[in-house]
Amino acid sequence: MTLSRRKFIRNSAAGGVALAAPSLIGSMARAQDGPIKLGSLHDLAGPLAATGEPMVYAIMLAVEEINAAGGLLGREVELINYDTQSNIQLYSQFAQQLAVRDKVDVIHGGITSASREAIRPIFSRFRTLYFYNTLYEGGVCDRNTFNTGTTPAQTVEKLVPYAMNLWGKKAYIIAADYNYGQITAKWMRKYVEDHGGEVLSTDFFPLDVTNFGPSISRIQAAGPDLLLSAMVGGNHTAFYRQWAAAGLKDEIPIASTTFGLVNEPATLEASESKGVLGSYGYFEELQTPASQAFVTAIKDRHGAQTPYVSELAAASYEGVHLWAEGVKMAGSVDRMAVIEALETGLSFDGPSGKVVVDPKTHHVTRNTFLAEVENSQWNVLETFEQQEPLDTAAVCDLEANPNDTTHYIIDI
Amino acid sequence: MDIAIIVGLDVISGIASLVLISAGLAVIFGMMKIINLAHGEFLMLGAYATVLSVSAGVNIWFAMLVIAPVFVGLVGVIVERCLIQFLYGRLVDTMLATWGLSLVIVGGTTMIFGNTIVGVSSPLGGFQVGAYQSSLYTPFLALMAILLMTAVWAVMRYTRAGLIARAVMQNPDMAATLGVNPARIYMATFGAGAAMSGLAGGLLAPVAGVVPTMGAAYIAKAFITVVGGGTSILWGLISASGLFGFINQIAAFLTTPVFGEVILFIAAVILIRMLPTGISGRFFKGRL
Repeated sequence: MTLSRRKFIRNSAAGGVALAAPSLIGSMARAQDGPIKLGSLHDLAGPLAATGEPMVYAIMLAVEEINAAGGLLGREVELINYDTQSNIQLYSQFAQQLAVRDKVDVIHGGITSASREAIRPIFSRFRTLYFYNTLYEGGVCDRNTFNTGTTPAQTVEKLVPYAMNLWGKKAYIIAADYNYGQITAKWMRKYVEDHGGEVLSTDFFPLDVTNFGPSISRIQAAGPDLLLSAMVGGNHTAFYRQWAAAGLKDEIPIASTTFGLVNEPATLEASESKGVLGSYGYFEELQTPASQAFVTAIKDRHGAQTPYVSELAAASYEGVHLWAEGVKMAGSVDRMAVIEALETGLSFDGPSGKVVVDPKTHHVTRNTFLAEVENSQWNVLETFEQQEPLDTAAVCDLEANPNDTTHYIIDI
Repeated sequence: MDIAIIVGLDVISGIASLVLISAGLAVIFGMMKIINLAHGEFLMLGAYATVLSVSAGVNIWFAMLVIAPVFVGLVGVIVERCLIQFLYGRLVDTMLATWGLSLVIVGGTTMIFGNTIVGVSSPLGGFQVGAYQSSLYTPFLALMAILLMTAVWAVMRYTRAGLIARAVMQNPDMAATLGVNPARIYMATFGAGAAMSGLAGGLLAPVAGVVPTMGAAYIAKAFITVVGGGTSILWGLISASGLFGFINQIAAFLTTPVFGEVILFIAAVILIRMLPTGISGRFFKGRL
């Protein structure tokens, strides 16, 4: 019998687990006395800091609320937050620290899809429960991971037909040049074509592009009825500014899957952002009591400079509470017990409404909203109750394949 | 035809913004042989000065054209006195020091003003070319680039200060024996370079996303332009901006923004391989 490399790794990994088991039991016994540890990995410096800040605020708020209600299983919850500084290398490093040195019971974190894919395998390897609370392109299928943000079937699928009904069938897509933008652009194309429209062209922009003149000329030369945008980051907001400066704002309207996540409506002039359509799992402007209480609680604690409280913050808050529900039901912080509890279809009523764990995909069924910018604020036009993560469901069934850990690039 | 005019305007705008974002760096590098890695942050400070002045109720033209360059010029003088003056002739040390400085400026700005994007909207409207539209701000940027270059040329060519600056640039020891204090000239030059960066930042504020980290998006292009242009401040800068601006904008229009950037960088690599001393080292030798 020959020993293949793969088999060797599998055997030694199994041996490693068996060896590690006694120390694992020891550490669990010790942990019973101390607080329950919740790890957080978010960018608080660098280009993504404006995105990470409200997510951490939301997690802090959720932990504070849980502790104010007496903690979990009679124990306090302790938040261990690492600042990943918009640096993927630090994600890997701190992920290992959280799992191995701090021995946390759960981790919430990751912002870009690139950061998620850097840390997800680490948590699988060290058997640490992981929550990814960001809206993203869909397709993660991993029993150790729960995804509480929206995916394209929940938002883009609403946004594109709505915009096409309003404005016409010829679309032009502009998107950021990394996996999120590339995959979202594919979804946009699919939904445009599903509704009998036509995509004239798709342009991708590296994150450091600052001069959009030639692209604006290209778009004019193509003459679309509407512009679909998945632009990301500070430099890309210059697009909207240059677009408005050329006087095109009233000629060709914009619908976006990213506009507003880092406060664009408030930072662009009202005239530059008026009429942009967006669709997310949460808006700060939602007038429900739960939403208003959530926003007030965050702004009271962090003052006037708090960035916009977007879906990312709401989903982070809901993610922590969903995990807490799982712990309460399981009566333990043991990873498998909590996963099985969450897989019973646990739910939590958060600022965006009811959020229900989908056991097959480990994504959530949640409300999504469609809104238009007016006077530098989102005006929520439509609510779509209890949207299921249908895109990921098409490729992922963790009940049938519990050992799956793939990030499926959904074939559109 | 209309599209040709529009693309022509894009090219002009590309060239003008390269001239503006690189001018301060070219002055500091060309005259003092200091590689200022905090150049992008000087641009950012100019943009912030403009945005904050406008939101405090100052007229936008005054904020862009006066407050931004004066403020960043003062910052430049302070930086020169506190940091750069100890490091003349130590190329690698100045790079390290100015890089550290850039981190401090980004960190400080983030702490004070937060990490959110701020901005002002463009003060000029759009105009129509046949079926197309473009921004009036584009010709305005071009005009400012021309004015800036003319001003640099006139000062260097016709004033006593310019004469002394050129003398110090050519041979500081000889200038010192003739009674000029090179330290003072260096301080003034660094301040003037910083002021130009501030002006560029102010002018870009209405068409950029103003964040503490925005400098990073400009610094690579500014360096390529200055290195491609060579040591001659004026002709190097103009020729390199013209070449790279043209290539970048035409490539971005004909292909995609991704390839626009790629083609620009390939062109820069080839240029520097063929003309290691830059365009001005070959064609405008000894000129301003």
